[in-house]
Amino acid sequence: MSTQSNVPALEIKGLHAWYGESHILHGVDLTVNRGEVVTLLGRNGAGRTTTLRAIMGLTGARKGSIKVNGHETIGLPTHKIAHYGIGYCPEERAIFSSLSCEENLLLPPTLKASGAGTGQGMSEAEIYEMFPNLKERRQSQGTRLSGGEQQMLAVGRILRTGANLLLLDEISEGLAPVIVQALARMILMLKAKGYTVVMVEQNFRFAAPLADRFYVMEHGAIVERFAADELQAKMPVLNELLGV
Amino acid sequence: MNFDIGIPLPALMSQLLLGLVNGAFYAMLSLGLAVIFGLLNVINFAHGALFMAGAVLAWAGMEYAGLNYWVMLIVSPLAVGALGIVIEKTMLRWIYKLDHIYGLLLTLGITLVIEGVLRSVYGVSGLPYSPPDTLQGATDLGFMVMPNYRAWVVAASVVVCLGTWFTIEKTKLGAYLRAGTENPKIVEAFGVNVPLMVTLTYGFGVALAAFAGVLAAPVIQVSPLMGQNLIIVVFAVVVIGGMGSIMGSIVTGLGLGIIEGLTKVFYPQASATVVFFIMVIVLMLRPAGLFGKEK
Repeated sequence: MSTQSNVPALEIKGLHAWYGESHILHGVDLTVNRGEVVTLLGRNGAGRTTTLRAIMGLTGARKGSIKVNGHETIGLPTHKIAHYGIGYCPEERAIFSSLSCEENLLLPPTLKASGAGTGQGMSEAEIYEMFPNLKERRQSQGTRLSGGEQQMLAVGRILRTGANLLLLDEISEGLAPVIVQALARMILMLKAKGYTVVMVEQNFRFAAPLADRFYVMEHGAIVERFAADELQAKMPVLNELLGV
Repeated sequence: MNFDIGIPLPALMSQLLLGLVNGAFYAMLSLGLAVIFGLLNVINFAHGALFMAGAVLAWAGMEYAGLNYWVMLIVSPLAVGALGIVIEKTMLRWIYKLDHIYGLLLTLGITLVIEGVLRSVYGVSGLPYSPPDTLQGATDLGFMVMPNYRAWVVAASVVVCLGTWFTIEKTKLGAYLRAGTENPKIVEAFGVNVPLMVTLTYGFGVALAAFAGVLAAPVIQVSPLMGQNLIIVVFAVVVIGGMGSIMGSIVTGLGLGIIEGLTKVFYPQASATVVFFIMVIVLMLRPAGLFGKEK
């Protein structure tokens, strides 16, 4: 495993993406190393969610290069991309109403082992230990869970698959502070276990203490990039870009 | 043995059984239609033609290869299922992103082609097909004399429908289908080969129709037009039941068959239209269907 550790978990070069005729991403460049937590900041409409969707092949046409754990995925159909080691947690959470909580949790299949990309997924027991609410509610219909529970379910289900690159889109959105704190602890724990995390976050206070590096997007491209230790120095720039 | 209603019990039970037989076909066909519409967003007008293809194949198997009913009960659905996979891969997958009307038009076209080809070869007067030896004759139950073959049709259909319901609602494979119907893109993002699932689902849906066709061959005249009348009623059944639930489709199909059968006993003039009458009422009161989910 360690011989592969210098291959970036995610390497995006010159990514353009369209929804139909709309050209949304204009040459995104970003790199995420193994075991890092990287936060994608920016105003609404800057292209952060589109970047995550483009990695998963969920936009329209794409151009450029996206390497997941060293494998080029730009030309691949969506269902093949996940198997290179990605767990995707969409902004809308996408909990299935026609499935129970437990069925939702167990739905994503174990990823086919492909070298450095995947490892041993967390077991069902481990996930229930992390999120005891989900065990209590496991027979409930998926969408009957509270907002916080649905968010935990959305993250929990991708931890089982063996993915070690997690794409988390606005997981703190609309949740009570107590739950947001629990999610922050979860991210630190995942980092300690060696997961690589890319977070799209509107909530700056939530994301700032967790990330190793930051990217700021505007108009579909990266306009700022800096490490955690430069955060204080960059605050004026961030104030202007994000209205923080 | 007469009841006060003036209908002899054996006659009533006999019509009820006939109604159940029709209901069994309605249930199997509307089940396939609902599953296909849910996952593919295609109104599969070709369902009637593929039901007919199942029946014609059963006849052809006997006529040209001496293959008996029991063999064709397995071979015919497999063959029509394979045809369905070809149809999906070559034609249907181009129209998924379009409005529903295109799916309806395309499958209508496929229907006309299948019916037209078979009609030109076999004409419309019907191909004879008798029930297998083991199911011929009738059993005297006391309150009625029950034709063995018709009882078999109802039993086999109920088993197949319940088996389908169980697979969809209670198994992991079914969970993929239900999730894929709700949000196919996210299921794909988990690494599930949704396009393959779609293809196989269409194949299964039409194989179910062909299975119904083989069951129907000894009771309905096997002819290239046998699917036409049935598909219109099945659409009404689907509208009444709603697309929301598998069990709903099954219950609605069987129920409407029984209602149709009873109408034939008490008010035969209405029997051809009672289903559509009910459809109008349901559409006015509960447009999503009796078991449907408001979308």
